[in-house]
Amino acid sequence: MGTWFTIEDGEGRFFRWELCRRQPGGRSNWHIDALKLDDQFHVSHKRAPGPYAAKGGATALKADNRETRVADRSAEFPHLAEYDRLVRRRMAIMAVLATAAVLAFLADVATGPSSLSAIEAVRGIFFPSELSGPKQIIVWDVRLPQAVIALLVGAALSLAGAEMQTILNNPLASPFTLGVSSAASLGAALAIVLGLGWPGMDITYLISANAFIFAFGSVLLLQALARLRGTGPETLVLFGIAMVFTFNALVAVIQFIASQEALQQLVFWSMGSLSRATWDKIGILALILVLIGPFSLRASWPMTALRLGEDRARSFGINVPRLRFMALLRVAIFAGVAVAFVGTIGFIGLVGPHIARLLVGEDHRFFLPTSMLSGALVMSLSSVVAKSIVPGAILPVGIVTALIGVPFFVALIFFRRERT
Amino acid sequence: MSNGPKNTQLKVSGLSIGYARRPVIKDLTLAPFKPGTLTALVGPNAAGKSTLLRGLAGLQRASGEIHLGDTNLLRLSLPEYSRHVGYMPQSLPQRVALTVYEAMLSALRTSQGLTSSTEARQIAMTTLERLGIADLAMRGLDELSGGQRQLASLAQAIARKPAVLLLDEPTSALDLAHQHRVMSAVQELGVERGTITIVVLHDIALACRWCERILVLSPRGLAADAAPSKAITPETLASVYGIEARVERCSRGFVQVMVDGIVCDRDF
Repeated sequence: MGTWFTIEDGEGRFFRWELCRRQPGGRSNWHIDALKLDDQFHVSHKRAPGPYAAKGGATALKADNRETRVADRSAEFPHLAEYDRLVRRRMAIMAVLATAAVLAFLADVATGPSSLSAIEAVRGIFFPSELSGPKQIIVWDVRLPQAVIALLVGAALSLAGAEMQTILNNPLASPFTLGVSSAASLGAALAIVLGLGWPGMDITYLISANAFIFAFGSVLLLQALARLRGTGPETLVLFGIAMVFTFNALVAVIQFIASQEALQQLVFWSMGSLSRATWDKIGILALILVLIGPFSLRASWPMTALRLGEDRARSFGINVPRLRFMALLRVAIFAGVAVAFVGTIGFIGLVGPHIARLLVGEDHRFFLPTSMLSGALVMSLSSVVAKSIVPGAILPVGIVTALIGVPFFVALIFFRRERT
Repeated sequence: MSNGPKNTQLKVSGLSIGYARRPVIKDLTLAPFKPGTLTALVGPNAAGKSTLLRGLAGLQRASGEIHLGDTNLLRLSLPEYSRHVGYMPQSLPQRVALTVYEAMLSALRTSQGLTSSTEARQIAMTTLERLGIADLAMRGLDELSGGQRQLASLAQAIARKPAVLLLDEPTSALDLAHQHRVMSAVQELGVERGTITIVVLHDIALACRWCERILVLSPRGLAADAAPSKAITPETLASVYGIEARVERCSRGFVQVMVDGIVCDRDF
C-alpha cells in the first residue's frame, strides 16, 4: 500500500499523489508512482514549486512532505458525488418504508372485528386512560400485541431470508429452505400431541420452546453434516432438503397417531397466527432482534463481497465457511423464535429481501435493514388484510401472506424478465 | 497490499496442491518470479492450471513452500495471505445487484487494516480510473459488456495493490481488441507497481505477445518454463497438446504458432 497525498498546486486545485519506494536499483528516496491524471496534472507538475522538483519523468519528493495538505478529494470524482446522492436516495427509501410500516401498524391496530372505531383505537394507543375498561383491553391486550409482533416477526423473517439468500447464493432461498420451519413443526407436534418437552416448563411456553429447540438443533445438525462434505451452498441445500422431508414425514407420523383434538390444535399451530401474541413474546423477539441484529449488520461487508463469488470473497481474506455458519446460526435464531411464537408464516422471508433488492440493491449495509423494513411492512399489511377479508373473523395470517405473496412474487418475476 | 520492498521475489518449491492421496500438482518447484514480470500459465484442459493458481492464491489446500521475499505465504492465515496476493477467478458473478463501485468498496472494506471509508473511496475510484473504467463506476455489474466486466473484475483484484497478482483466464470470452486491452492493462500495471503477475491463458499467441515467461503445464507435470521462444516449440506443443505445429517468429519478433494437424498416435 503506497502513501497517499493530496497536493494543492497553489491555484486551489488538488491533485492525488501516491508515494512508494523506488524501483529496484534506485535509492531509498521516495518517488512518485506513475499517476495518470488529467491534463491539469501535467501543467501543475511542471510548475510544481518547492520541495518536489521535477527531474526527468519522475518527481523527487522528500518524506518530510508528509504534512502536505490532505484534503477531501471527493470533488475530483463526479462519480463520488453521484454515489453520495445514491446513498441519500437509499436513506430516503428506507425512511419511506419505515413511515409506511408505521402507518400499516396504525391501520393494523385500527382494524378488527370489534365495534371499536378506528380513531378510538389509535387514540387508545397514546391515551389509554380515555378508553373504557373493555376497550382498553381490546386495544392493549389484543390489537396492540398482535400489531407489534407482526412488525417484529416480519422484520426477523425477512432479515433471516436476506441472509439465507446471500449465503446460499440463491434468490429462492428463504428462512425455511433448510428445514427450520419443518423442524419447528416437529418440535411443536411433539409438545402438542405427546406432551414431550422440557420438564417443569409452563405449558404455554412448552410448545414454543420445543419448536425453537428443534429449529435451532436442525441448523446445528445441518452444519455438522455439511462439515463432513464441505460447506458449499449446494451441499447445504441438498442436506436441507433431505431434512425438510425427514421432519415432514415425522410430523405426519405424529399427526397419524394424534387424537382428534390434538390434531386440530397442531394444524392450527402450523398455519401461523398472530393471535398468540403476548407482551412476553414481544419482549423476547425484540430483545433478540436488538441483540443479534447488529451482528448481521456487522457482517455487511463480507456478505456483500460474497455476492461477488465464493472464491473472490475468499481471495479478499474472508473465511467463507465461518461467515456462512454464523449467518445460519442467526437465521436459525430469528426464524426459530418467530416460528415458535406465531407458527409458520411463509413468503415474508422470500418476498421481503426481493423487495429490498429491487429498491436498494445488494450492498448489505442497505440491503439488510431495507429487508427488515419491507418484511415488517408486508407482514403488517397482511395482518390488516387477514382481519378485513372475512367480516367479523380473523384469518390466520400465515394463509394471507401466502395469498398476498404469490401474486406479488409472480409480478416480481415478470419485472425481472423485463430487466434482463 | 504488502508493505515490503517491491523487489521481493516469489519462490515456489516442493509445492503439492490437492488432496493428500491424489494431488493435482505434485512437488512443483519453479524458478523465482521477479517483480514487474508477467508470466503466462498455459496448458491443455485438466492440466491443473486453475488448481495451481488457486493453490498459489491460498484458496486450495497446499503443502510445500511459497515464499514471497522472506515470508512463507503458506504459513499465513487467509486474511494475511490476501494482503499479499490478489486473485481474479475465472467465473464472474451473475445477477448481482451491485454497482462496479460498490464491488470495489467491498473488496477494500473487507480487508483488515483498510477500514477508513475515505481512503477506500479514493482507492476505489483511482483504481477504476487507472483501468479507464471510472465512468462505469455507478453502473450495475449486470449491465456491463463482457470486456467491461473483466476490467471491473480485474479492478477488484488489484484494488489492494497485491505484490502477487493471479488471473485465471482474464481474456476468455473477450473479442480480439478487448483481449489485448486487458493484457496491456495488466502488463502496464505490473511494470508500474512491480507486481508479480501470473496469468492463465488458453491463447498461446496472446501469451507469447504479452508475457516474458511461459509455464507450460501438462497433466503429467511442468513441461516447460522459459521465455516464449524457448517454451513454445513444436516438440512441446506435440507432447503437451498432441498437435503438429510450426513455431515461427513474425517480422516483429513475436512467437507465432501455426497448427498443421493433430498427432493421432498419442493417448489424449
